Amino acid sequence: MNYNWDWGVLLRDPYLGWIIEGLGWTLAISLLAWIIAFSLGSALGVFRTASSPVLRALATTYVEIFRNIPLLVQLFLWYFVFPELLPEDWSRWVKRDMPFPALTTAVVAIGLYTASRVCEQVRSGIEAVGPGQRQAGRAIGMTEVQVYRYILLPNAYRIIIPPLTSEFLTIFKQSSLALTIGVVELTAMTRQIEEYTFQGFEAFTAATIVYSLVTFTVMAIMRQVDRRTALPGTFSKGAA
Amino acid sequence: MNLRLKMLAAAAATAVGLAAPAFADAGDSPTLQRIQERGTVSIGHRETSIPFSYIGENNEPVGYSIDLCLKIVEAIEEQLGGGKLEVRYVPVTGQTRIPLIANGTIDIECGSTTNNLTRQLQVEYLPTTFITGTKIASKVGSGITELEDMSGKIIGLASGTTNEKAIKAAIEAKDLDIKIVPVKDHSQGWLALETDRIDAYGSDDVLLYGLISKASDPSAYHVTGRYLSFDPYALMVQRNDSTFERLGRVTMAGLMRSGEMAEIYAKWFEPGPTNINMPLSDTLRTAFEIQALPE
Repeated sequence: MNYNWDWGVLLRDPYLGWIIEGLGWTLAISLLAWIIAFSLGSALGVFRTASSPVLRALATTYVEIFRNIPLLVQLFLWYFVFPELLPEDWSRWVKRDMPFPALTTAVVAIGLYTASRVCEQVRSGIEAVGPGQRQAGRAIGMTEVQVYRYILLPNAYRIIIPPLTSEFLTIFKQSSLALTIGVVELTAMTRQIEEYTFQGFEAFTAATIVYSLVTFTVMAIMRQVDRRTALPGTFSKGAA
Repeated sequence: MNLRLKMLAAAAATAVGLAAPAFADAGDSPTLQRIQERGTVSIGHRETSIPFSYIGENNEPVGYSIDLCLKIVEAIEEQLGGGKLEVRYVPVTGQTRIPLIANGTIDIECGSTTNNLTRQLQVEYLPTTFITGTKIASKVGSGITELEDMSGKIIGLASGTTNEKAIKAAIEAKDLDIKIVPVKDHSQGWLALETDRIDAYGSDDVLLYGLISKASDPSAYHVTGRYLSFDPYALMVQRNDSTFERLGRVTMAGLMRSGEMAEIYAKWFEPGPTNINMPLSDTLRTAFEIQALPE
């Protein structure tokens, strides 16, 4: 390989600042998208296992649509196609006046996509608790909402901490797709450093290390959370 | 590769080495050695650099730069002993072209790449094949002529291009209030302009004319303003490989000397398959004359 190595570029101004700023945007996208994914996904997961066939059909349709279209395609649909379907002045608002148009679109798109995956995790958690608990709850006179509130969900969430952790790590890494619609997050900043210095290999090595550090930190924290909240007698014992 | 395979390969290499020098000469060039070994030339091409290097009607890369590269492929075939070499097309973007040349994935880049001194730290360039500069394209009736008219408006710029740097520098120098939206490539930048996400798109003027020629309504867009940068295009090859670089220079000088260069230019620009219609400029004609070194 014919290449001039220069590791010092990573510490030089302004490139170090770019990496830190990029990490900031990456974390912002991941956390905001996770809030959407977790809250919507939990609601859908409950719907998916509810006794009402209408709610079940609604949640199933959502999952089938959002889980089966590639995230990159969804991003493009939200960014380029969705605004064109709106009335003129709304369309303009979405494209121009909305705060951080590209970032907001990325957060919504990644959040809605991941919600379908979280929904499936919540559903499998609820199913893992078993029908016996649900029937027992109803038998002592609890409403369906109470059964979910006091029996199914507290158990289910504890069971699915490891798969939810990996969903979060996935969202963190998928946030890099936001660069395709122009959000300058960590990967985009890395590319920018390459464009200005042509030291691409050093820049991408730095990005790899930063991504790994964050994922390792999240994994370590979630392992502790899982250990503390583990239910005796279940298979959930801190394996993220 | 296990040991036995390695020995076999070494033996084969020795055999080739003993038998070959009489008619096939890769010399000390790593690029030529690589091409000879694989029997293929890997050409890096762009997908929307009209009419330099883009995907044509048959889903094959075509264009001015591609034609020039195919001339170099012919010269490589001759150098290596006349056997037909397979051409492998590898799509590249503004961001991938330099690392892919540096790590040897592609042997030569045939796109619309500006030759500048910073890039020469990582790659080497053949003679200049085209001269252009940064301008801005906007919708007719938007009231935008120069960058200075864009106060409070939004400009789209493709990441990894010299245009991005030139326009960012111009904005900073004059402290203009212009928002920059980075886009991935020219087609996405154009889509953003068409859908009103941005007010103007900045790129090399020739590429802007190319994009307009392919737009759904070419009369709705125009290219305006002064040149914001000087961008001489050249084909890109690996650094520290003067043998291969010379082969490229010899080919290009030959084309310029014989006048074939102007014919290839006419094929793509006067008016060319995309109706771009840019007659050979005096500057470029002079550049061809100066670069037509004698044998």
